[in-house]
Amino acid sequence: MADRDSLVGPDSSGHGGLESRSLILHLAGVRKSYNLGTPIETEILHGIDLTLARGEFAALIGPSGSGKSTLLHILGLLERPTGGSLEVAGQDIATLDDARLTELRGRTLGFIFQFHHLLPGFSAIENVMMPTLIDRGRVDAEMRARALWLLDRVGLKDAADKRPSALSGGMQQRVAIARSLAMNPPLILADEPTGNLDTHTADDIFALMRDFNKDEGTAFLIVTHDPRLAGRCDRRIEMLDGYAHPAEQLFVLATNN
Amino acid sequence: MRFELILALRYLREGQAQTALILAGTTVGVAVIIFITAIVNGLQSSLAARTLSTQSHITVKNPDDAPTPVLDRSRLQVSAHIEPRVQRLRSIDQWEPILRSLPGEPHVTAVSPMVTGAGFASRGAANKSIAIIGIDPALYTGIVDVPAHLVSGQFRVAPGEAVIGMELARDLGAAVGDRIQVVSTEGRTDVFRVTGTFDLGVRDLNRRWVIVPLRTGQTLLDLPGGVTNIDLKVDDIFLAEDVAQTIAARTGLLAESWMAVNTQLLTAFKNQTMTTRTVRLFLILIVALGIASVLVVSVVQKQREIGILRAMGASARRIMMVFLIQGGIVGAAGAVFGSGVAAGMVWLASKALRQEDGSPLLETDVNLGIYLGTALISIVVGILAAAAPARRAARMDPVEAIRYG
Ligand SMILES: Nc1ncnc2c1ncn2[C@@H]1O[C@H](COP(=O)(O)OP(=O)(O)O)[C@@H](O)[C@H]1O
Ligand SMILES: [Mg+2]
Repeated sequence: MADRDSLVGPDSSGHGGLESRSLILHLAGVRKSYNLGTPIETEILHGIDLTLARGEFAALIGPSGSGKSTLLHILGLLERPTGGSLEVAGQDIATLDDARLTELRGRTLGFIFQFHHLLPGFSAIENVMMPTLIDRGRVDAEMRARALWLLDRVGLKDAADKRPSALSGGMQQRVAIARSLAMNPPLILADEPTGNLDTHTADDIFALMRDFNKDEGTAFLIVTHDPRLAGRCDRRIEMLDGYAHPAEQLFVLATNN
Repeated sequence: MRFELILALRYLREGQAQTALILAGTTVGVAVIIFITAIVNGLQSSLAARTLSTQSHITVKNPDDAPTPVLDRSRLQVSAHIEPRVQRLRSIDQWEPILRSLPGEPHVTAVSPMVTGAGFASRGAANKSIAIIGIDPALYTGIVDVPAHLVSGQFRVAPGEAVIGMELARDLGAAVGDRIQVVSTEGRTDVFRVTGTFDLGVRDLNRRWVIVPLRTGQTLLDLPGGVTNIDLKVDDIFLAEDVAQTIAARTGLLAESWMAVNTQLLTAFKNQTMTTRTVRLFLILIVALGIASVLVVSVVQKQREIGILRAMGASARRIMMVFLIQGGIVGAAGAVFGSGVAAGMVWLASKALRQEDGSPLLETDVNLGIYLGTALISIVVGILAAAAPARRAARMDPVEAIRYG
């Protein structure tokens, strides 16, 4: 809460024991270059300093090509940064090998993508159980109960056994939200989750994420182009040419929602 | 059920048509491999059995006397003329202890001493060149089942009795109960009452063999107490040559296996086996290529899904397992179905379908080992064929799959 609006600069020292435990993300000078060491080397992220507290609900905005997705993939531990340091849930990822990284990703992070990305061969409930199945290696009744509860929360209890192809785009995105919450991760990264939905559906999806944030204390970092939705987040971070800036530092009042 | 197995099964089920295709291919491959192995084995065993029903598996005898260089003593150099020493019948030295030791050799199941040499048989005006075969009937039956090949009379060779080849009996005009006179090349004569005639299926034996008691044979051939060969039977006919070599090395005698004697048959067997192997190799290659290509397509199609699974915490190794398991399942299922089809074909060929004379359409020889061995090959080939697609799946960059998938 103390860090809610902070954008930790390079000179900032405030991440002592207690405080760093309340941070879900801590980036210092994170860089990302592609084709490192070749003539076509391009640096996409030029040194990002950023912290995100547990339970925070933040928007990541910025023009197309500014590196939002790239940053999200790095935060999602799908790619390693080429410079700087990154702590996820208090763990310095530079100290983790690929296997530990995969494990940390599975337990700490949930993903929601623009193109919902459900597994087409599995029913809605199977999709929701998949992260837990990957983590535990097998299915049990408790997993199924949680998946059903999640589907109920996103209003799709009756569609549990339907394949994704039998669901509308909005419904698929709701399943994806339920799936991202299967392991009850402290942080969910969403890359334009409402990007290809109509305004009405987009509002629904956004409200759902907000609900989970309030009820479960799940932190969200949401990439969006929609200023309306960004305005309803607690905090906006703007990506511009590979740097992150705090957008106008306003606390969103409850009445704004 | 484990994550990897659940996914593997689901992916196989999803790719219905392709899965059915590679499953059918594997099934046919396994069935054909088992069936041709059964047929070739059946053919070889029946040919070998037919050949060996009238032959010992191994015959131990004195080494042929080596040709000796003829020395021209006056000039103290080897003259160009080399001639083999005249063959004279000799007994195996110390044959009794050797005979007693042979059953102790691995794989040896029966032994029988024999004294054999040439002679003439006559009855009335008829006079025929013969082979005198002196044996102990009880022991010799363990080598060649003469009683099973009798045409008339019985297999009884008490002193003064002989069992002779069917054609010889006809040539001499002798029937069971008649007497024939035998003169050996050693110049000794004896008279025998014919107690039986046999058909061993080999013309030369039917026309020349006169089986007499061992002791009588020894007397006729002027080898009192001696034997010229010891016949052996082994439990695995295709090990005969190995056993023969062991015995030869230990005793210093010549040990000839049926394999060394019937070289043409053996060459034919080897060629058949080679052909079967080649066919098998190609079948395995085709099946492996089929499995691999279907899985490669599946990996490419699932690029995006794999990226999502990775994002949800599945490691590259587990993704690899998902595809290896698919290969293994196809191999295993193909092994089960293929074994079933092969068993059906073997049953049809050897039991259900008969030639006009009532004998099976095809001789087949197949055992559990061949089924299990082929099943194992099928599973291993399935997994190996999946290795390249699986590695490809594991190497897939999840970010790329999510970004552009
Ligand atoms: N693998 C890559 N190699 C080279 N350039 C890349 C790669 N991935 C992304 N980029 C570039 O990085 C920049 C940022 O992309 P991205 O993070 O997708 O931006 P955004 O999500 O903000 O639109 C783009 O110019 C893109 O072309
Ligand atoms: Mg993007």
